[in-house]
Amino acid sequence: MDRVALIRTRLERALSPRYLEIIDESRLHAGHAGAAQGGHFAAVIVSEKFHGLSSLARHRLVYAALTDIMPGEVHALSIQALTPDEHRFPDKA
Amino acid sequence: MDVIEQIKATISENPVVIFMKGTPDFPQCGFSMRTAQALKACNVDFAYVDVLANPEIRAGLPSVSNWPTFPQVFVGGDLIGGCDITLEMFQKGELQILIKQAVSGAR
Repeated sequence: MDRVALIRTRLERALSPRYLEIIDESRLHAGHAGAAQGGHFAAVIVSEKFHGLSSLARHRLVYAALTDIMPGEVHALSIQALTPDEHRFPDKA
Repeated sequence: MDVIEQIKATISENPVVIFMKGTPDFPQCGFSMRTAQALKACNVDFAYVDVLANPEIRAGLPSVSNWPTFPQVFVGGDLIGGCDITLEMFQKGELQILIKQAVSGAR
């Protein structure tokens, strides 16, 4: 399974996202030390489970879903973790 | 002092500290570079630890902070986050306020 799929299955299982986009940015980091072992990814995750949580707590939920592949398959993950309302009305976020 | 105690002391003794890859002037990773730039732009002295030069700290910090990646920024003894959250707070003007409070509270 490719690494985007590895991330996707874990985030879908843990967060039941309304919207999930995962971008493989590994090519941007080719040659950089950490890139040899794992990839760089960016994720936009829209989930009800982020309601009432700080950014820190949201990111921890995301990382918790990926503990078996991070570090390892995934070297770095840039995260945008939004509730459905924040995703629909970005100005109010 | 073991490495876990050393990490906890570093976090509690410095109002603002970043654990990063490289140094603020010679960052070795784009995420560390952008995060250190945001701290520099707050115009307050901050401490840093280069985790590439300190592999024991690199291995030990994630279990102390419950955060898997670097950089990690601590203000007033608390983890505020990595690159994404630090930059988001800087862009909203929240980081500058939080840091100034932590630095003046420490004096």
